[in-house]
Amino acid sequence: MAGTFKFELVSPERVLLSVDAEQVVVPGSEGDFAVLAGHAPVISTLRPGVLDVTAAGGRRRLFVKSGFAEVDPERLTVLAQKAYDVDDMSPTVIADELKVAEAELASAADDQSRRMADTLVSELKRLSAKAA
Amino acid sequence: MASLKEMRNRIASVKATRKITKAMQMVAAAKLRRAQDAATAARPYADRMDAVLASLASKIADKAGASPLLVGNGKDKVHLLVVMTAERGLCGGFNSNIAKLARQDAQKLIGMGKTVKIMTVGRKGADNLRRDLNKNIVERTDFQGVKQLTFDHAEGVANKVLAMFEAGEFDVATLYFSEFKSVIAQKPTALQLIPAKIPDTTDAPKGVATAIHEYEPGEEEVLGYLLTRNITTQIFRGLLENAASEQGSRMSAMDNATRNAGDMINKLTIKYNRQRQANITKELIEIISGAEAL
Repeated sequence: MAGTFKFELVSPERVLLSVDAEQVVVPGSEGDFAVLAGHAPVISTLRPGVLDVTAAGGRRRLFVKSGFAEVDPERLTVLAQKAYDVDDMSPTVIADELKVAEAELASAADDQSRRMADTLVSELKRLSAKAA
Repeated sequence: MASLKEMRNRIASVKATRKITKAMQMVAAAKLRRAQDAATAARPYADRMDAVLASLASKIADKAGASPLLVGNGKDKVHLLVVMTAERGLCGGFNSNIAKLARQDAQKLIGMGKTVKIMTVGRKGADNLRRDLNKNIVERTDFQGVKQLTFDHAEGVANKVLAMFEAGEFDVATLYFSEFKSVIAQKPTALQLIPAKIPDTTDAPKGVATAIHEYEPGEEEVLGYLLTRNITTQIFRGLLENAASEQGSRMSAMDNATRNAGDMINKLTIKYNRQRQANITKELIEIISGAEAL
C-alpha cells in the first residue's frame, strides 16, 4: 500500500475537507488524472466534474465547479469555486445548478467559456440521471 | 427651568435610548463573531491563491504579451475606484472613513488631470460620495437585505469590473475597504486591483515557491484563469473584512453611546432631585411664612 498525502479541498468560504488521502482522481481541464503520494508537482485548472477521494475512512465523491489543483509530492490542494458532496446533492440542488449552467451556456461569449459551461451541463445531467 | 414633569420625561427617554444602544451593541457583538469566523475561514483560499499567483507571476511578468490584468494596459488615464461600505449607519466613523479616503484619492487624481470613475458597493458609501462626486459615480451595487455574504456576491461585483476593463472603460482599478485589525481598530485601505499587485514571493509559504511545477494546460492559461479569479477573491476578502469591521465599529460606537446615555441619566437624575427638593423647600417656606404672617 502506498503512503498517504495531505489532501485539502478549499472553497472561497472555508476549508471543506482536509484529510490524509491515498488517492484522489482530479478532473483536470486536459483530462482526469489520479494523484498518489509522491506525485510530480503540477498546477492544473479544473473542469466541472467529480473528485474521487480514497482515504482511510473510505471513498468520497465530491462534485466541483471550476477551480484549480496544486499538486506537490506530499500534498494536494484543490481550490474550487464551488463543491458539493455527491451523496448530499439532492435532485433540487442539481436542478438549480443545471438551470444556472444552462443560462451560462446560452450566454457564453467565447469558445472557452462555452466549453466549460457545456461540460458543466453534461456532468450535471449525468448526476441527475444517477440520482433519479 | 424645565418643570419636574418635563425632566421626568427626558430621563425616561434617555433610558429608552440606552436600552436600544445596549441591544444594538449586543447584536453587533454576536454578528461580529460570525463575521470574524467567516473572514478567518476564507483566509486559506486567498492565501493559497496568493502563493500560487506569486510564484507564477514572477516567471511570466517580464515576458511580452503578459495579461493586461497583470501588467496593466500601458495607460494611466482613467481610474476606477471601487468603494465598499456598509448598508447601514450607526457604526461610528466606519462609512465616513472609507469615503474620506476614497474622496481624497479621487480629488488628488482629478487634480492630476486624470479621469475618475467610481463604483460603489454598499448604500452608505454612495450616499456619502454622491454629495460632491455624483457625476463620477458610474455604477452602484447594494447588498440590502443580504444576511451572509457569499462568493457569488463578490463574483457579481468582479464581473462588472472585468467587463468594464475589457470594454476599455478604465486603466487602473483600486479597491477601497476597511481592514479589520481588531475590534477597536479598523483601517481604511486602498488596494490596487488592476494591474494586480503581486505579493512578494519571499513570504509565500514554503514548498510553493521552491517547487517547480508543471502547468496544465499551460502557464499563460493558468495565470489568466488565476488573475480573473484573483479579482473576485480580493473583492470577496474586502467584503468580509468590511463586514467584520462594520460590526466591530458599531460595537464600539454603541458601547460609547450606552455609556454616554448612562452619564446623562445620572446628571439628569441629580438635577431632577435637586429641583424636587428646591420645590419642597420653597413650598415649606411659603407655608411657614404664611403661618407667621397670621
